[in-house]
Amino acid sequence: MRRVFLANNTNELWDMLRQYPEAAIYAGGTDLLVRMRKGICDPSALICLERMDCLKGVREEGDQIFIGACTSHTALLADPIVQRSFPVLAAAISRLGSPHIRNMGTIGGNIVTASPAGDTLPPLYILGAAVEIMSMDKTRRLSLADFIRGPGHTDLKPGEILAGVWIKKDQPYNIFSLEKVGQRKALAISIASLAALLRVSGEGIIEEARLAWGSVGPTVTVSKEAESFLAGKRPEPGALGEAARIAMDAVSPIDDVRASKSYRRLVSGNLVLRLGASVDGNSPQPAWLPPAD
Amino acid sequence: MKIRFCLNGKNLEIETRPDRRVVDLMREDLGLTGTKESCGSGECGSCTILVDGQARLSCIMLAAQLEGRSVTTIEGISGEEGLHPLQEAFIAHGAVQCGYCTPGMVLTSLALLGRKPCPTRKEIREAISGNLCRCTGYQKIVDAVKTFASERKVYQR
Ligand SMILES: Cc1cc2nc3c(=O)[nH]c(=O)nc-3n(C[C@H](O)[C@H](O)[C@H](O)COP(=O)(O)OP(=O)(O)OC[C@H]3O[C@@H](n4cnc5c(N)ncnc54)[C@H](O)[C@@H]3O)c2cc1C
Repeated sequence: MRRVFLANNTNELWDMLRQYPEAAIYAGGTDLLVRMRKGICDPSALICLERMDCLKGVREEGDQIFIGACTSHTALLADPIVQRSFPVLAAAISRLGSPHIRNMGTIGGNIVTASPAGDTLPPLYILGAAVEIMSMDKTRRLSLADFIRGPGHTDLKPGEILAGVWIKKDQPYNIFSLEKVGQRKALAISIASLAALLRVSGEGIIEEARLAWGSVGPTVTVSKEAESFLAGKRPEPGALGEAARIAMDAVSPIDDVRASKSYRRLVSGNLVLRLGASVDGNSPQPAWLPPAD
Repeated sequence: MKIRFCLNGKNLEIETRPDRRVVDLMREDLGLTGTKESCGSGECGSCTILVDGQARLSCIMLAAQLEGRSVTTIEGISGEEGLHPLQEAFIAHGAVQCGYCTPGMVLTSLALLGRKPCPTRKEIREAISGNLCRCTGYQKIVDAVKTFASERKVYQR
């Protein structure tokens, strides 16, 4: 029989982990329990974090916001700080799974799963999020980009848990855009996604751009080249088309059941064209024909 | 393992494996077969139950997680006087065909109505977007929920 423990606080959690070092931890279970059911993993014991109130909620500390790892997606969507300060994250979460999945699933579970299609990851990358990792005797912090090591791999060591994420409260952007392309609106794992933050001046010039694509590489794809190319330009079809071409070179998609490599590459570029629509409500037309590959 | 929770308004203490899926506990151990299972992986919503009023998927929840919670299954919403008025609305609008998704649809809609007594059609569609129906095309389900919400008095017992 597989034992299942409910930790209510960190003391209980460390005791459980000491006694059952082989135990798998879970929060909402929407990834882990599905993987167990499919026979991908078979842990001898489970520790559930859903009652760890100390790992839930959103709070302000100085110029930073801390989001507890065990906060559900539904709770994040309802949170005024998230709505106000990180609308790009809220937009991504509103497209994650379904209402039921969002009631159960947590931001910590989404991060630690480290799926190439993890919907919170592109926004968290461009918001410059850092993760806080906790073990019995210490806590450490590192950037999300350093924490995610590859598909399904993180820097988490045995005995460590993700406590939450830190995001700088005042972000220097005035436009956000979140595009998720899937086979339907709900319950669709993304085929390609783009999270973007722009600072556009009163004259309509992009002063700074942050872009991150999901589902088109082993982890989140960023392109410093596309970002710096856009700086100083107007979000018009010419410049966006060139940034899109740069993006299509930056991504490294694969063929799978959901879409082909070439489709993903094309969509990654076309999503950049839509940034114009986020800026002024006009959607530029694709500036080139699909590539031959 | 002993688990204590409130099921459909009654306090219960049962002996079960802690890693028993809640859907199996309901259907096989407690005989509450109104909770359906189809995908077994969180994608269809047939196994929806309410846990402390919130719609959750019993196929990806383990028995141990029920400790101290209050659970509502489809069996718990009708009383001795008959069906819940929302169920009556489903019947009146032809929102049921094969019926397999219906318990999940009804419970999910009740959770929505608990938070938002007068939802718009858009809010209803959004709320049931995790409940798949392969027969009705959803329109009649949305009609039923919408009519129930706006004409609650008509259905009030
Ligand atoms: C039907 C369905 C649809 C889905 N759709 C989407 C989608 O559209 N987009 C998307 O991104 N995801 C989707 N998912 C995946 C999943 O719902 C999300 O990744 C969710 O955020 C996972 O959170 P959880 O708490 O349920 O994770 P769990 O299953 O509890 O945990 C996942 C992993 O993270 C680890 N973990 C969890 N919390 C911690 C912690 N605090 N510290 C250390 N390790 C931890 C666990 O050990 C496990 O390895 C979907 C899943 C299902 C079943």
